[in-house]
Amino acid sequence: MRAFTYERLDAATGASRRADHPGTTYIAGGTDLLQLMQEGIAHPRALLDVSRVGTTGVTAQLDGIRIGAATRLADVIEDPIVAERLPLVAEALAASASPQVRNMATIGGNLLQKTRCLYFRDVTTPCNKREPGSGCPAQAGQNRLNAVFGGSPHCIATHASDLAVALVALDAEVIVERAGGEKSIRLDDFYRLPGDTPYVETALEPGDLITAVFVPIQATNLPGRYLKVRDRASFEWALVSAAVALVVADGEVVAARVAAGGVGTKPWRLPAVEDRLVGRPMDVQTLQLAAEAAADGADPRPGNAFKVPLLVNAVARALAATADQEANR
Amino acid sequence: MNAPTPAIGQPVSRVDGPAKVTGTARYAGEFAPDGLAYAAVVTSTIPKGRIRRIDTTAAETIPGVLAVVSHLNAPSLPYHEMEKRPQVDPKSGDQLQVFQGPDILFNGQPVAAVVAQTQEIADAAASCIGIAYEEAEARTVFDPGRGREPSEETAKGGRPGASGRGDADGALAGAAVTVDAAYVQAREHHNAIEPHVTIASWEGDRLTLYDKTQWVQNVVDEIAHVFGMDKEKIRVISPFVGGAFGSALRTWPHVTIAAIAARMAGRPVRVELSRRQLYNAVGYRPHTEQRVRLGADRDGKLTAIVQEAAAQVATYEEYAETTLQPAETTYSCPNVRTAYRLVEMDVNSPCPMRGPGIVTGLYALEAAMDELAFELGMDPVELRLRNHADTNEKTGQPWSSKELRTCYETGAERFGWANRIPEPRSMRVGTELVGYGMATAIYHADRGAAEMQATVFANGTAVIRSAASDMGPGTYTSITQIAADALGLPVDAVRFELGDSDLPTAPVHGGSITLASVGTAASAACEALRDKLDRLPAKGGSIAETLRANSLDRLDAKGKAAPGEETKTHASSAFGAVFVEVRVDEGLGAVRVKRMVGAYDVGRVVNPKIARSQCIGGMMGGIGMALMEQAEWDERFGKVMNANLAEYLVPVCADTPDLDVVFVPGEDTIFNPLGAKGLAEIAICGVAPAITSAVFHATGRRIRHIPIMAERVIG
Amino acid sequence: MPNDPHALTVTLRVNGEETRFDVDPRTTLLDALRDRLHLTGTKKGCGLGQCGACTVHLDGRRIVSCLTLAVMADGASVTTIEGLGTPDALHPMQEAFVACDAFQCGYCTPGQIMSAVALLQEGHCGSDEEIREHMSGNLCRCGAYANIVDAIRTVAGATDRSGAAVPSREDA
Repeated sequence: MRAFTYERLDAATGASRRADHPGTTYIAGGTDLLQLMQEGIAHPRALLDVSRVGTTGVTAQLDGIRIGAATRLADVIEDPIVAERLPLVAEALAASASPQVRNMATIGGNLLQKTRCLYFRDVTTPCNKREPGSGCPAQAGQNRLNAVFGGSPHCIATHASDLAVALVALDAEVIVERAGGEKSIRLDDFYRLPGDTPYVETALEPGDLITAVFVPIQATNLPGRYLKVRDRASFEWALVSAAVALVVADGEVVAARVAAGGVGTKPWRLPAVEDRLVGRPMDVQTLQLAAEAAADGADPRPGNAFKVPLLVNAVARALAATADQEANR
Repeated sequence: MNAPTPAIGQPVSRVDGPAKVTGTARYAGEFAPDGLAYAAVVTSTIPKGRIRRIDTTAAETIPGVLAVVSHLNAPSLPYHEMEKRPQVDPKSGDQLQVFQGPDILFNGQPVAAVVAQTQEIADAAASCIGIAYEEAEARTVFDPGRGREPSEETAKGGRPGASGRGDADGALAGAAVTVDAAYVQAREHHNAIEPHVTIASWEGDRLTLYDKTQWVQNVVDEIAHVFGMDKEKIRVISPFVGGAFGSALRTWPHVTIAAIAARMAGRPVRVELSRRQLYNAVGYRPHTEQRVRLGADRDGKLTAIVQEAAAQVATYEEYAETTLQPAETTYSCPNVRTAYRLVEMDVNSPCPMRGPGIVTGLYALEAAMDELAFELGMDPVELRLRNHADTNEKTGQPWSSKELRTCYETGAERFGWANRIPEPRSMRVGTELVGYGMATAIYHADRGAAEMQATVFANGTAVIRSAASDMGPGTYTSITQIAADALGLPVDAVRFELGDSDLPTAPVHGGSITLASVGTAASAACEALRDKLDRLPAKGGSIAETLRANSLDRLDAKGKAAPGEETKTHASSAFGAVFVEVRVDEGLGAVRVKRMVGAYDVGRVVNPKIARSQCIGGMMGGIGMALMEQAEWDERFGKVMNANLAEYLVPVCADTPDLDVVFVPGEDTIFNPLGAKGLAEIAICGVAPAITSAVFHATGRRIRHIPIMAERVIG
Repeated sequence: MPNDPHALTVTLRVNGEETRFDVDPRTTLLDALRDRLHLTGTKKGCGLGQCGACTVHLDGRRIVSCLTLAVMADGASVTTIEGLGTPDALHPMQEAFVACDAFQCGYCTPGQIMSAVALLQEGHCGSDEEIREHMSGNLCRCGAYANIVDAIRTVAGATDRSGAAVPSREDA
């Protein structure tokens, strides 16, 4: 680690002004940033510790549910509002990282975690995300973990967060403190596709501080499942994951929210699947036909082609599990 | 004397348990000599070529940096040839020399080190060192077509290019039933949780090393030859080893780096390797590709075994394995031919990893046996029984003991093997396919020369001392039990001191030989002590009373043990039978082991509690090997890309199935007076093929590439 | 870090005892414990939060001490394995680990035990499956998992959900 200064902020107010300097980075849980610093990927010159200034806790509002950005993942999982009204979020978080990391990592930080692409994490190899213009060895390298959606010739790194997949399915918004004001950004718009600027990952501007995540009321209280497929039984990022939430009335799917993880350069919403669900009878055939659209438009490499059938199957399972849950309500 | 209940055979809790669970057991990197400084190692980023330039200016100007070492300023080291190479070193080629020149032989080779007042400063300074390389074309592709025969020295060391008996190819051509299949096994890394670490401390021309090692006395020998030093001036201390599985058998370059760095900094220095560095700094189980052809008559009697293996090897040193030994010893078969090839690559040298060679050869052989059983329409256990080797047909020797038939029977019974419906894809629970598989386990039993000093004191306690190690198998405990019985003392009155090169000679702590070697020496030392006690003029009821009656504070004796005639007259081996149930979710590409039964013939079991732990540990290692562990190699860079513990997957707690271990009765007193055969390696043998065979039984698909990950299930 | 102009002073309550020292901002809590305070019971396995060997309790919750800076823990209370029990007075979980032979090499063990004690307090010991899932942040390369689960089940069976029957020395 290169030398840096460290300061713990006591109030969020003015944080963005303080952080609006090259080399200044916020730190909260630190569970990803410390890895990046230890591995020589990130070299902040100044750390602003915001772990004790951001809002914590979960609030039920009239228009939706707000989760303070500084809330630890474990606290969100245990929160009764989340357990009751955002089961998809709770399930995605419970499948994330390890219990120790869930006690440290914050909601805001989780959304900003960097990819696990093997080439991004190894500073001795090229990576356009890490070193713009250096190349993307993943295209023809070890890419079983890489994306089949949203990639470009410059980058096929997946987004690693489970939480973000669930939140994208729920049309969540990120609340950002920007220059003293507050700005809301749809999470789906928050993440940027790599294109030819894979190092630009989000819509954040210098100094921006995520203060909360907001899930709109219409996306709460929905039966839903988060299915995570991995090589070992626990403590691993997703090979493929599927987040599903459905609204069913009189045996018909009224609304559907489906997103996938481990497959996209950002959390990947699957509108084609949703389209094949809405307005159709909630039955096995509908679910299967819908799931088959999950991999539409996929652009796999030899090393990750297995994710195409895997995604279809994972979405089918998550849909079926949600249907079961709905049937048993 | 009133002898207490014999400790041998009792499930005694680990004597070092309280120290380990309270964090007071001190591992090598936790010693804190005065003035300790910290080193960070810089490694090459190309697989082959030369260093053109090293720029250390920026690093040197950082406050707190004490020294920057590279080939430009490191002392020239003699690296004398050793009189006799230690058994843990390859017999051919030369070990990597540290900081002796600009040549790069693999990606990740140590090229410089920074010593600083703190680890943070050392790490930061290391990242500021700029190195320019002249790259050369590297051989980073595993191409079996480039495979070559092992050298003469390697062949003499029991890893020949060709071996066998009879006319295997002829018999294969005439066989009623044949199997011909190719198997791939990924490169695996030991990944003990304790990183490799060495603290070097000079006092004048005397060197003390606190080192993570499975063989303290060999570190002395190796470092003496590297530095051209007198062995008497080197002491190596390693009371606890945080797992090793073979990675700490050898004395790796970082030990030399620590000694160089400490000399140059004029202070004690700690070198602790990062997890990423461990993928190059120590060895690994080599990527191996095999082809097995089996011939049998319609009754399942093997008529031919042809097994060929090609394994990766470094360019500078020839590490080879006994991969093809199981082909010659596991079953009765008149015609066997093996062919072993080494594929040179610009990589760091592989090294033994739990069950080295055997576990690899056995994977392919046992997977092929399962294929043969299927071709024959025969139960896999029955096929094994029909081909039981009553003698070691490679050497013609009788076995010193063999209870393998009982292992099959006991294991099958406990597992409920009879419930297996032979037809693949015939068993199912919900959306998951159920598969049963089994395999034979075999690992040769060896022992080495060992010495032990035993001392009894007038307060009724005893100390036994030998330069052995305990990386986790329970050496502290089991040998304390042996000594306690031999002295007629309770276990808690005996203390075992080990892990110090100044102690009496012990062989390498590897190859499952420690108990049979050091344990036998312990018995001998304690018996010698009893003889001495018996010859004392005054008699007392207990040892303590006898000593006091003779006005003695203490009494010492030495004992030693070494392999004898039995190695000429008999072949010795541990045996086992492993039974596995897997659940396969084909849609999600997921294979999970549901339960496993291992029945083992390891001779006498000194401590059933600890022995069981060894076995369940081996089973977990086998699960890793079969289902998730693989180095993801990038040929363009010549490096392992998933060099961490997040993407190189080892089993976690949630991967743990129901594990059942049974030791079949038996003592092998021909092998050694103690009757114990050792059980570290046997516990991982056979696990992978039992799992892959269970996957076939579940799915009807032969996946001949381990680990079986999602892409291989779905693909 | 006596001569370091960048050093910051931190105050930690470690195993019930307040300690104050200067530290390089880069120093992780783990390295501060091991290299500065010589509490080497907390182990370093990977330095990247991927093995759990460095698990300690920070303000009563289990965390991996390699992924937090010592300066970030300023003012916090830390419990390490040394704060649970001693060889002569083992904590019930330590006792259970010995009795169940829940380790081999012992290197991951302090982290496993710190996780296990926290797990009792978290109340996720309802079944072996639940224990296994909630202990999956602690790798054991010797493969002692089955015995670790045995040990935790044993202690969990002898305590209530709050873990009240197994206080740490600091609480006692």
